[in-house]
Amino acid sequence: MGEKTDIKKEKGWFGRLVEDFGLPRLIITLFLILLLILAPIVGADFPSQITNIIARFSWNGILVLAMVPMVHSGCGLNFGLPLGIISGLLGATISIELGFTGALSFLMAILIATPFALIFGCGYGWLLNKIKGGEMMIATYVGFSSVSFMCMMWLVLPYKSPNMVWGLAGKGLRTTISLEGYYSQTLAKFLQIRIGNFVIPTGSLLFFALLAFLMWAFLHTKTGTAMTAVGSNPTFARAAGINIDRIRLLSVVMSTWLAAIGILVYEQGFGFVQLYMAPFYMALPAVSAILIGGASVNKASITNVIIGTILFQGIVTMTPTVMNNMIHMDMSEVIRIIASNGMILYALTRKTEGAK
Amino acid sequence: MNKKTNIVGLLQRSSVPIMFVIICALCIPIAGLSPSYLINEIVTRMGRNSFLILSLLVPIMAGMGLNFGMTLGAMAGEIGLILVSDWQIVGIPGMVLAMIISVPNSVLLGFFCGKILNMAKGREMITSYIISYFMNGVYQLVVLYLMGSIIPIAHTSIKLPRGYGIRNTVSLLSMRQKLDNLIPLTIRGVKIPVMTFIIIALLCLVIIWFRRTKLGQDMRAVGQDLEVARDAGINVERTRILSVIISTVLAGIGMVIYLQNMGNIATYSSHSQIGMFCIAALLVGGASVDKASIGNVFLGVVLFHLMFIVAPRAGAYITGDSMIGEYFRVFVSYAVITVALIMYETNKRRAKSLAGAQLAAEQEAQK
Repeated sequence: MGEKTDIKKEKGWFGRLVEDFGLPRLIITLFLILLLILAPIVGADFPSQITNIIARFSWNGILVLAMVPMVHSGCGLNFGLPLGIISGLLGATISIELGFTGALSFLMAILIATPFALIFGCGYGWLLNKIKGGEMMIATYVGFSSVSFMCMMWLVLPYKSPNMVWGLAGKGLRTTISLEGYYSQTLAKFLQIRIGNFVIPTGSLLFFALLAFLMWAFLHTKTGTAMTAVGSNPTFARAAGINIDRIRLLSVVMSTWLAAIGILVYEQGFGFVQLYMAPFYMALPAVSAILIGGASVNKASITNVIIGTILFQGIVTMTPTVMNNMIHMDMSEVIRIIASNGMILYALTRKTEGAK
Repeated sequence: MNKKTNIVGLLQRSSVPIMFVIICALCIPIAGLSPSYLINEIVTRMGRNSFLILSLLVPIMAGMGLNFGMTLGAMAGEIGLILVSDWQIVGIPGMVLAMIISVPNSVLLGFFCGKILNMAKGREMITSYIISYFMNGVYQLVVLYLMGSIIPIAHTSIKLPRGYGIRNTVSLLSMRQKLDNLIPLTIRGVKIPVMTFIIIALLCLVIIWFRRTKLGQDMRAVGQDLEVARDAGINVERTRILSVIISTVLAGIGMVIYLQNMGNIATYSSHSQIGMFCIAALLVGGASVDKASIGNVFLGVVLFHLMFIVAPRAGAYITGDSMIGEYFRVFVSYAVITVALIMYETNKRRAKSLAGAQLAAEQEAQK
């Protein structure tokens, strides 16, 4: 490893760029730029492509933002994101069950999801404090167990609203629930800008910006700085009199709550609530997005979130259209799997100085 | 005092199997399945899964935890079977050829996996887990796009109508249970796959023998303490890579045995679940992340698959909804792995703090 870095340093500006930016990240950026150049050439509608990317950014941004607190406090990448997502889903379904409609149902969903997120987050954080060092693997399986547990619960819990349960049996929630008449597009329609094919969902973007700003501001408060200290050097943090377990717990609760809000925002953009196995694989895209944006296992910033989400969603939306128009062969799924998991692998194999 | 802690420790270690015995004992009468049916199923599943689960033992020995990367071997096995069924080589020769084809692929994949795991020491499990996802993408690339376009596939029966790529299911009718039925034996209506059991027994002997070899001893040393092993002159990196390669190769062969019993390949999903179910079964048998024996494998297969068979029926009977039981067994598989991982990490921390306290006491005494 040492020799390689030496060689890179002698390589001049390109080597330094690779060093700072990371080779996989560079490849992904170049790939997206290539796709953007190719799109008009192969005859894809350029404005609608950009609209797609922005829309998807607004859906996923907060889920990616949810990664930040746990990375800062040294808990690693939050593979347990599904736990927060479940709190959000509980909020969404209970809000609909109670008969709220329109924008109010969105607000109520957030309010109802919050206590669930706090309780689940506390339990999850307490568990992660017990098993310092093995967070990521256990987080993955906590997520999986909770999703499969909730699969049973969605069937058993006494939901009655005819818009949500199976029509024939009269009980058990459907796998997808339409949000038409509830909070579909609530944020996106707010102050929406429309120029021909080109649409900007201003409300969703503003909501993301608000949460991102709050996160940024939080990280600059005393507690926020303490969180960063815990993540970058636990021994130093303990010497400085910081209660490490409490800070870590706080970061996990924040992450879980953000995931709950994130899934609600995702649903309002997408227009459907997806239950059962749907939350299962939602952690991996968020994890790889923040890594593509330049974060590492123990370092992440708001800029990483924004860049990463744009790059990741850009590739997810652009690849199918460009590929289909070009060679009539849809390899986008395979490319997405290889690129996103390759990115996670790359981050896991980096040496993380100071984290140990 | 010492005896008491021993008993507590034993109970703690065997808590998962005991829990499973209780679940099964509760579910079996409710499910209302006949004993002969249950025994038949269990014996079949033992033949089907044991080889795959045994492949997990070697990396545990080398201290690399549960090898979620065994999926890689399963993929290699599947590729071997797809090629063989395209070449229309039937029966036992086809199986043997599929195993032979799988071996170089497994070695390559295992080497890749081991190399990466060496770069991610301390978080092998999550890394091997992500590798299995990553390789699933590569596998799809090969099977869905390259087979038929670059890798020649002659028969339209396994090719997608568009001209390249493999169909969702590949029939293995020509090999179906050929190995199981090689030496036919039926005792009181229970069909016993004698040949498969003989192969599994041979593998068990090989593993026992392997533990005593130089390489096996090295692996255990590496598993005990990486730094000490390095100081003792063991090439730690090489040993770890070898353990992953062995595991991957065994998983590839195990997958061929597994699929000949099933009789068809679900091309894009057979391998994705196999890792989880094998690991869950091993843990149910009382293994932990750093310690697993051959006994754990067989106890695990029996208990886990007993639960697997009876849970959906019992769930359907209790709630009137067949899906509940399906979800329940998925939940249990994940929950078992979660609990085992948590127990492993807490024990590791406890041992660490204990060792720290001991060291402090010794230093105190030296003063």
